[in-house]
Amino acid sequence: MGNALEVEHLSVSFGPRRVLQDLSFAVSEGSALAIIGPNGSGKTVLLQALIGSVSRRGVIRWAPGSRIGYVPQKLDIERDLPITGIDFLRAKSAVARAGGKEISRALELVNLAPDLAGRPIGTLSGGQFQRLLLAFALMGRPTVLLFDEPTAGVDEPGEERLYETIRRLQLEEGLTLILISHELNLVFRYADRVLCLGREPACFGVPREILTPELIAEVYGSPVKYHRHDDHHG
Amino acid sequence: MTTTASSLALSVAMAAAAGLVGCFAVMRRMTLASDAISHVALPGIGAALAFQIHPALGAGAALLLGTLVIWGLEHRTRIATETLIGVVFSTALAVGALITSGEELVDALLGAPATLRPWEVAAGVLAALGVVAFLLGQRSRLVIRLVSADMARTAGIEVARLDLLYLLAFAATVALGLRYLGVLLMGSLIIIPAATAKHLAHDLRSMFAISVATAVLSTVAGTVLAERFGRPTGPVIIAIAAGLFFASLLRRRHS
Repeated sequence: MGNALEVEHLSVSFGPRRVLQDLSFAVSEGSALAIIGPNGSGKTVLLQALIGSVSRRGVIRWAPGSRIGYVPQKLDIERDLPITGIDFLRAKSAVARAGGKEISRALELVNLAPDLAGRPIGTLSGGQFQRLLLAFALMGRPTVLLFDEPTAGVDEPGEERLYETIRRLQLEEGLTLILISHELNLVFRYADRVLCLGREPACFGVPREILTPELIAEVYGSPVKYHRHDDHHG
Repeated sequence: MTTTASSLALSVAMAAAAGLVGCFAVMRRMTLASDAISHVALPGIGAALAFQIHPALGAGAALLLGTLVIWGLEHRTRIATETLIGVVFSTALAVGALITSGEELVDALLGAPATLRPWEVAAGVLAALGVVAFLLGQRSRLVIRLVSADMARTAGIEVARLDLLYLLAFAATVALGLRYLGVLLMGSLIIIPAATAKHLAHDLRSMFAISVATAVLSTVAGTVLAERFGRPTGPVIIAIAAGLFFASLLRRRHS
């Protein structure tokens, strides 16, 4: 299977501040890449560079015909915005020229009840809003899903469920997944490859080899508690 | 068509465009820019009067320039855009007031009942319908963009281009309403009905409908009352729009 994404010598600077420097990695089709690193290490900026919303140097090569779905970490939404989840998904359906059935399919995929989708988006809880954004990203049949901290603002059972949903979609739809996560347990369980930012040079490899206690201490600055889920799946 | 009927048609079309443009301005939290952008028309009007060309031409040229300035600020700088907009557009208002004089200044600032030639009415209605068609045609893109520019990009939307087109539609709407509202108050006809609608509506369609209805009602009623009592049209229209806004606050939001 080919690569969904190839990145060579990627650098991003904001003024004098270098956020990413000389980053090279590849993601094969249908696999899951987890990006880890401490706050401020440029994880979100990397995703923004991949979708072309910040200027950068270096090469970003998506496989021909790639369609990208992007789920941002947090959106600055006013609570009283009169846009319902359905309004938002309808807008995507019009732009992506997807049929009306796509909306109900996307809502089903992310387990979001239609009556919740009919509420203004500012009134949804963190987890419900994440699911709505995921449904939005999944419309138009993306081949790649970029997910920035899927579980930020979601309680623990919700977190588990959201990961299960993403995993299921990856298997069912053959999606390539690129996600940012702080949850090392979940990274162990779901990622095929890990890219860790916040150290020079950034490291890239399979979780079992990369995520040593020493590296985690180095990347996060202090020992982080985690459990290796070597045999446990589910 | 009689003069009254044709100028009524123009004010309805202009107000409908203002109501729709305002929905996106309010949801994008660009109310300060919206208010300021109308001020920039004043030096254009002043210059046009001085050179004896059609005031709408001068206003249009100044608005186009102002639009490009705001667009450039939005996309090129990381400094406090609001401050810059405040300074640039207040300066425009000051310069405009210096080069325009007497009664013309009052009319330009506050709006006046208009006797329009047929071609002016036709051009105005056509432009207003163009703005409405653009906003309705692009509403899906505009909605996605206001929720998240990054999500818009991955949905294949050219964000910078869409922003420019929206600001041009905004400027065109301001130009259309200057005659009725004047440069001081035209921004308010765009913002207040949309703010009323945002408070009352719970989805996009009802927001559009309430905003357009409020803007049209305020404009038509305001124009009629201003003519009857011999007052400048702008303040009367805005007083009605503001009255409707405060009345809407009496109604509690359901979420």
